[in-house]
Amino acid sequence: MNKTISLACGNGGEENNELISKVFYKAFKNEILEKSEDAAIIHNGELAFSTDSFTVSPLFFPGADIGKLAICGTCNDLAMMGAKPKYLSCSVIIEEGFETRELEKIVRSMKKELEVNGAIVVSGDTKVVPRGSVDKIFINTTGIGEVLKKGISSNNISEDDLILVNRDIGCHGATIFSTREGIEMTSNLESDCASLFPQVKALIDAGIHITALRDATRGGVSAVLNEWAKQSNICIEVEEDKIPVSDEVSGICEILGFEAAALANEGTFVLAINKDDANRAIEVLKTFEPCANATIIGKVTDEHKQKVILKSSWGTKRFLDTPSGELLPRIC
Amino acid sequence: MSLELKNLYDDFRDGETIKAFAKIINEDSKKLKSPINIMEVCGGHTHTIMKYGIPQLLPKNIKFIHGPGCPVCIMPKERIDHAYVLSMHENVILVTLGDMIKVPGSNGSLQDARAKGADVRFVYSPLDCIKIAKENPNSKLIFFAIGFETTTPMTAALLDTVIKRDIKNIFFHINHVTVPEVMKELIDSRDVHVDSYNNKIDAFLGPSHVSVISGSKIYEEFPRDYNRPVVVAGFEPVDVMQAISMIVKQFIENRCELEVEYKRLVNYDGNIKAQDLINKYFEKADLFKWRGLGNIVNSGLKLKEVYKDYDAEIIYKDVLPLEEIEDHKLCICGDILRGMANPPECTIFGTACKPTTPIGSCMVSSEGSCAAYYKYGNLI
Repeated sequence: MNKTISLACGNGGEENNELISKVFYKAFKNEILEKSEDAAIIHNGELAFSTDSFTVSPLFFPGADIGKLAICGTCNDLAMMGAKPKYLSCSVIIEEGFETRELEKIVRSMKKELEVNGAIVVSGDTKVVPRGSVDKIFINTTGIGEVLKKGISSNNISEDDLILVNRDIGCHGATIFSTREGIEMTSNLESDCASLFPQVKALIDAGIHITALRDATRGGVSAVLNEWAKQSNICIEVEEDKIPVSDEVSGICEILGFEAAALANEGTFVLAINKDDANRAIEVLKTFEPCANATIIGKVTDEHKQKVILKSSWGTKRFLDTPSGELLPRIC
Repeated sequence: MSLELKNLYDDFRDGETIKAFAKIINEDSKKLKSPINIMEVCGGHTHTIMKYGIPQLLPKNIKFIHGPGCPVCIMPKERIDHAYVLSMHENVILVTLGDMIKVPGSNGSLQDARAKGADVRFVYSPLDCIKIAKENPNSKLIFFAIGFETTTPMTAALLDTVIKRDIKNIFFHINHVTVPEVMKELIDSRDVHVDSYNNKIDAFLGPSHVSVISGSKIYEEFPRDYNRPVVVAGFEPVDVMQAISMIVKQFIENRCELEVEYKRLVNYDGNIKAQDLINKYFEKADLFKWRGLGNIVNSGLKLKEVYKDYDAEIIYKDVLPLEEIEDHKLCICGDILRGMANPPECTIFGTACKPTTPIGSCMVSSEGSCAAYYKYGNLI
């Protein structure tokens, strides 16, 4: 571990994993935590429990704002364990001088998104700190969900499963980066920020055999695939041209030198579904508006265990690595 | 229909076209009298080659030697230390491009300096410095300028604007280098080592973006005086495959020429306006120390004497460290930058030296060969 915490330690990739395992897991070590799922499964498998903090800048961006994000983030972590989000806490740290009107706007979008999930905020806390102590507003939400389908786990993926995504990837990261950097372009690019519980519920209701689900937030789809490859001790082989990427996102990647698979998402998840049910899962997902491009992107093999392999349409193969470092542009 | 970004690259990543070139190259290669080693000078090409798995498509008698064309990788620790010291100086905002902030010097990287409170920023375009300087009138902005011929005109344009608008708080630390000089050095120095390594450079892939600025003319001497063909190539996989095919054809037809694959933007003379701007403000520095390669004559640029009031190396010379710094003993970045070793031959590759904890510069920048090998793996 480095002597000081760098921004790279919060990237959702390698440095982030190191920080978590060497500092937090070391201190808090217990059986539930070590499962490394999106949400902890507690109370005899009946409840899912998760927390998340939100520090996005800018606070308002195309497609969503920090309020919607704060609800989606925690509710999606619960949904990824097959749970229905029920009760949330909401804790905010506000910088002195923040405009009340903006705060109200943020809270309104939180309320709207809670309704989508059928969840309620039952506990909260407010702190105001002197100017400069936080960047405008930080929000933490913690949620409890009722597990509708037991046994979903990132530790059980096998060669019987296929790998799917629910929509085109990378929209949130591309939107935030281009807004933050003031890159002006004519495009319809907006964050994919959305609550995923309705999609998960539809899959459960259709009786789909779900092995694992994970929302591809920081670190993007490549982080999820690499985590799964390690957790389930498998090799995931993905066909590059099957991964849905919108023209807008691939344009941003082109300009800034990113890979779409490493960009953050807030309404995109990766699914490991039993082969026999994969096509049916796609049909179910496609009934949702943002999921027109839901598709199977890869399979599980034993070729290079704990690794993710990307296959090109001309037959070459390479690793798809866990993202590392700060998101930086290339220089030439 | 409007032109979209993807129209510019879609055709150049087409799987069928790539396969077709692979077929031609494999057929033609049977007529080669001896194996050929092609050096792609630029880290951007190394990245394309590894990302698109191009070696997997080539016959055994065609190999790549990865060159030193990554401006971050070749930056010696001495100059990174300059950036670090300047960034920690009171009232200074240090601005640079992308990956530069990750490279460790002897005290740490610019990222570490930032974590300790220094104001370090990266920009996409050097002209963004003007806005930063304007917003911080009481600070001194030092632009730590890096890069080959491609990025030099942007630094010149920034200085041009600074002078024309009489902006008082922007200064320059110049680390611009040029491609042909290092290519010559690699050919010349290799003759000493060539027996032990047995990997002669038979031909060069020239980076297209350098020639967009400088024209293809800068490589004229290589086929003429050094008997090495040069093909100026774009950065998409189809570009690289086509350029390799052009090189192979030169060998089987007994030609040795300068050719341009990237005809969509490169011509013989290049961008004269940009060249004039560079010549107005810069002149050759006698020596520039390259990491792993040592001092190379005439390979760097510096500000002309008349612009010394903008030169941070002169203004801050009392605080800038001067001592020479040795590279890490186990690191073979020098040999890798010379194209004499491949990253996996290094004993610390992927173990002690990883993108998260880079020891050598080739692991730091995403354009570096070690980073490209680590990231994309070697699945042949």
